Amino acid sequence: MTCIRARGLRKAFGPTVALDGVDLTVEAGRIVGLIGPNGAGKSTALHAIVGLTACEGELEVLGRDPWTRRGQLMHDVCFIADVAVLPRWMRVGQALDFMAGVHPRFDRARAEGFLARTTIRQASKIRDLSKGMVTQLHLALIMAVDVKLLVLDEPTLGLDILYRKQFYDTLLNDYFDGDRTILVSTHDVAEVEHILTDVVFLDRGRVVLDSSMEDVEGRYLEVVVGPDRIAAARALRPLNERTLLGRSILLFDGVARDQLAALGEVRTPGLADIFVALMGGTQATREAA
Amino acid sequence: MTPESEHLSEVPAATAPPWRAHAQTFYWLIRRELWEHRVLYLAPTAVAAFGVVGMLVGSLVLSNAERAARLADPAQAYDYMEPYGFVAGTVFLSGVVVSILYSLAALNGERRDRSILFWKSLPVSDRMTVLSKAAVPALLMPVIVFALVVVAQLVVLVLTSLVWLANGFDPRLMWAQLDLPFLWTVLAYGLAFMTLWHAPIFAWLLLVSAWARRVPFLWALAPLVAIGVIGRLASGATSAPNLLERRFTRGFTGPFTVGSRGEAPVQTLADLDPARLFGQPGVWIGLIVAALFLFAAIRLRRTRSPI
Repeated sequence: MTCIRARGLRKAFGPTVALDGVDLTVEAGRIVGLIGPNGAGKSTALHAIVGLTACEGELEVLGRDPWTRRGQLMHDVCFIADVAVLPRWMRVGQALDFMAGVHPRFDRARAEGFLARTTIRQASKIRDLSKGMVTQLHLALIMAVDVKLLVLDEPTLGLDILYRKQFYDTLLNDYFDGDRTILVSTHDVAEVEHILTDVVFLDRGRVVLDSSMEDVEGRYLEVVVGPDRIAAARALRPLNERTLLGRSILLFDGVARDQLAALGEVRTPGLADIFVALMGGTQATREAA
Repeated sequence: MTPESEHLSEVPAATAPPWRAHAQTFYWLIRRELWEHRVLYLAPTAVAAFGVVGMLVGSLVLSNAERAARLADPAQAYDYMEPYGFVAGTVFLSGVVVSILYSLAALNGERRDRSILFWKSLPVSDRMTVLSKAAVPALLMPVIVFALVVVAQLVVLVLTSLVWLANGFDPRLMWAQLDLPFLWTVLAYGLAFMTLWHAPIFAWLLLVSAWARRVPFLWALAPLVAIGVIGRLASGATSAPNLLERRFTRGFTGPFTVGSRGEAPVQTLADLDPARLFGQPGVWIGLIVAALFLFAAIRLRRTRSPI
């Protein structure tokens, strides 16, 4: 079952091209990370998916056009833009009342259950909560809504490490049930790496990598090479080479493990290393331009 | 389309009929506005409270001789009602002032504090949101003003009756001269007219609120001032500024005066002429303009991003 289907998405703000022909298919039940440097077009893509911005190209979310049918679509989709977009004048209890009033799929008891685990009181005004607490509140509101797709745009921006870890743990343990689909954007790869089933790298409005995590793990390998074998290793055309404590670490795309094992210690690279390798090339051309 | 995606595109199975779901959403949107803009009822309440205190003082300082004189002369009945009318008038005006301030903030504030991203993450359409904000000055404020005036006048009536009773006068003699239902009828009549007559003004303010990045107040006023200045400079082209002026002032004067030029104040129900007042083309032209402004405001709310 396809949750999001995008073909040739294009969006320009004046001379700046935010999305430059993005194709994207997200199946139901996946946790997809949309990863890219600042200004890669992540927010624009997510805004298009939740109907906040119009785009050229084809886009269908849960079978609807988000731009023309946002009101109906949001019955089945939740969206956290970034921290601190909850209205500051509102009281926590009012936020619960309002959600219960306008969202047919909101379960107030569930939200109160989540809040009971925090130090947030219903009489508090949102402006008096810390940034981390506002995020906890937003998450509690969102997780109490029974939707098919959850879209998170840099949800942990500006939070300290404890809240960030807690955010994703809660999401995974209390929310994700295998049927729901989560699409999360971040520029911090390490933060989401362990929860994703799929990953999409976006750079300057283009999809650089679109793959399941299993495929990523099978495809990319890293080998630690001593100076004596460096020439042989370079002949296999690594994506990227970096030096750490006098040894070279080379990252390969689609080279057999056996072949690399002859050169040195083979490791599975972190998503962050693959990200740097793939983006590093474009970074260099960007600076040369 | 696969059968599965067809299933997905169905409107969510709501148990209640759609109009009830819409009505419920609308109700919560209005409550939301009252939570955010408490000044909408607090300011007129404060004005009404001042009025009550003022009238009570006025009643206390009256000498018994003056009380007797008033009761003796039925011709003074209208004068006696004047303070009640004055309280109604000040609450009425405070309602207009908070409505103006509200409308300028309504669609601007949510972009300024980025909370629009939260509101838009809920299953509420832009049309419903803008209409709920338009309903505040158009429907909610008249109700608040009317209720406050009635309550304030009744409180004053009870308190002054006690004062008269304490001074040995029968308050029923005073009641006979005081025609509150008449005042309330005229007030409701005036509020109804003002809602229709001022609709394009508030729709314009909402539109500017949705459009302007900053200082919506100046943007709302600038074109009006420009039209006024140009109109006055170009002699013979004064109809545009006059039109704007009438659009504002007639909302207040139209329902409460008699005659096409507002020669005399309304004194009896027979002075009211709803057919003439509501039948004038300006009312209906104004409503069409208001609808166009609101339509544009809905479009803007859809496309505008946070500031």
